[in-house]
Amino acid sequence: MLKSLFTFITASLLLVGTAGAAETVKLALIDPLTGPMAGAGQPAFEHLKFEAKRINANGGINGKDLEIVGLDNKVNPQESLVQLQKAIDDGVQFVTQGNGSSVASALIGAVEKHNQRNPGDEVLYLNYAAVDPSFTNERCSYWHFRFDANADMKMNALTTYIANNEDIKKVYLINQDYSFGHAVSKAAREMLKKKRPDIEIVGNDFHPLAKVKDFTPYVSKIQSSGADAVISGNWGQDITLLVKAAAEFGLDAPFYTYYGASAGVVTQLGDKGVDRIYQINEYYGDFEDPEMAKRQVEMYKETGWDFYYLRLSTMLDMLKKAADKAGSTDPVEIAKAMEGMTLETTNGEVLMRAEDHQIQLPMFMSVMKDDMEYGAEGTDYNFHKVARIEREDVTLPTTCRMRRPK
Amino acid sequence: MLEIVIFSTLNGILYGLLLFMLSSGLTLIFSMMGVLNFAHASFYMLGAYFAYTLGMHTGFWPALILAPLLVGALGALVERFGLRRVHANGHVAELLFTFGLAYVIDELVQMMWGTVAVAYREPAYMREPLFTLFGTDYSIFRGVVILISILMFVALWYLLKKTRVGLMIRAALTHGEMVGHLGHNVPRLFMGVFGFGCALAGLAGVIGGPIMSTEPGMAATLGPIVFVVVVVGGMGSLQGAFYASLLIGLIQTFFVAVNASVADVVNAMGANLDPYGELGRISLATLAPMTPFILLVLILIFRPRGLMGELEP
Repeated sequence: MLKSLFTFITASLLLVGTAGAAETVKLALIDPLTGPMAGAGQPAFEHLKFEAKRINANGGINGKDLEIVGLDNKVNPQESLVQLQKAIDDGVQFVTQGNGSSVASALIGAVEKHNQRNPGDEVLYLNYAAVDPSFTNERCSYWHFRFDANADMKMNALTTYIANNEDIKKVYLINQDYSFGHAVSKAAREMLKKKRPDIEIVGNDFHPLAKVKDFTPYVSKIQSSGADAVISGNWGQDITLLVKAAAEFGLDAPFYTYYGASAGVVTQLGDKGVDRIYQINEYYGDFEDPEMAKRQVEMYKETGWDFYYLRLSTMLDMLKKAADKAGSTDPVEIAKAMEGMTLETTNGEVLMRAEDHQIQLPMFMSVMKDDMEYGAEGTDYNFHKVARIEREDVTLPTTCRMRRPK
Repeated sequence: MLEIVIFSTLNGILYGLLLFMLSSGLTLIFSMMGVLNFAHASFYMLGAYFAYTLGMHTGFWPALILAPLLVGALGALVERFGLRRVHANGHVAELLFTFGLAYVIDELVQMMWGTVAVAYREPAYMREPLFTLFGTDYSIFRGVVILISILMFVALWYLLKKTRVGLMIRAALTHGEMVGHLGHNVPRLFMGVFGFGCALAGLAGVIGGPIMSTEPGMAATLGPIVFVVVVVGGMGSLQGAFYASLLIGLIQTFFVAVNASVADVVNAMGANLDPYGELGRISLATLAPMTPFILLVLILIFRPRGLMGELEP
């Protein structure tokens, strides 16, 4: 009797012990959390932590709590690989990263190699913003899922919008000098040529990533080219400082951007950004959905950052849905469940395409406006929706031929 | 074309003047104390952050005076209680000291003001255009920055050439021991010069912060370029630093503005380089951030004493 009681107690203690250790699922964010690009990484980190709380309150990931771990990579591919190894050593099975396709490229390679060499100990890479199209085309990987529209899809939506604007005759392209910036420029030239052959490309500049502090020389170049519109895929401080310099020098041409609503733009520009900065994104700053408005208000109060990365919420919701569907938090099971999965979001249904692991979703063109109900960064400015581009008008075919594990 | 030339010149001069404000302090400190102050750009960063914080309470103009004074005082303290003690252990120790100091300041700034850029901006009325040329505005603030820089140089020149303190500094530059033997307090003079140099860097931060963005990486971006200025100008030469600053400022802006590739330039000089080759297709604009360092290498090879330097390094 005594002996059986003893075994019962030790067994239950052991059970509690193991259950306690395995109760959290760690998701590591490998992104710039310090330095010039921290303005892109910090809000994502806060957003993930904010949304993880909601997920955990709703039962977590297949019953386990989601824990967000922040690892600073300073947008450096080498540093990212060190952080990835550190994360794997700490038992992390899910990593996410978004800022810099140079980093994403290194991570895809490293995760692929790790999973090949360590069967049973796989890691999943959830990409929320590195949009080099090749990651879901010729370089696609089974262990990589992208929750952001890629650069070509964004350009597809953006050029459709521009093509409908008859006033635009001359376009200037300015982008960061690395794989992503070149992808944006190439897509813009090809798609504009197809949709509006009369548009003239009056400039195509590349500047070093995160190195330029004063964009005024570029702005005088744009000014003298007589452009009616500027297209830029810049992110982080490169977009903030670019549009700031443009506003300061009274450049009237509107900016059609991928990341015009990045942290800092609204504060830096104020009045001068109104009706001038456009952004193509999966979301905008109107928050007509009361649930989203509630999250915006709460998140800003709690963290000081705006509810900007809707795709991060989509990513976590889909992770939860896949884990619940698979009844497991094993990365292999979750990857299987996530393929071809659909999710109802505030903008309608999104789909994780099984062929290339590229999310399919509607996009929105929005423009900076004053007197918005939910202002960004504690101001009255935010980005107001001007057009919705449906999922089927955003989507593009893929050349991906994925190698799947047996 | 003309508008590009005019605005590139204006921008180049503005950038050059900011560089000079930073490098003048550095070169003064170097020629006097033999210390290459690695933390110099960190004092520039402190200037911007101090002005940001003070500006929220006092407004821009008082902060313009107070922040450099504060940075100068901090610099003087660093010299008095840090550098002076380290000095006894030779130049390598001093170098390491300033190197460590730069890291400490960087970390402190991140702890106090966060890792993301702060919203340090010039007052709204100074964002209005001073003049508009070919549809491009030139803001009042940029005009004010140029004016402040020029006023500062006149003041610096007057201080060094026309006042008694300037006489002592100039004497101490070349004959430090003798000045000491004549009964002047040379250590105090050193402290003053170090503090003054830091204050200049702080001033550059106050007026450069709104233009170049105030963030924890700002010291690291400008630091190496300031050293380039000092070497290109000639170690310890104020005049040289002035010309080198303007030269680098103008070259960097014009490289961005010119729509040409490496092949265009080389072929214009009679060579025959493939304009679509790996090297030939690189545009000059992409090379712009590299130009100061190319200049540094060329100067060290062909004229090691710099533009106006008197001594071989």
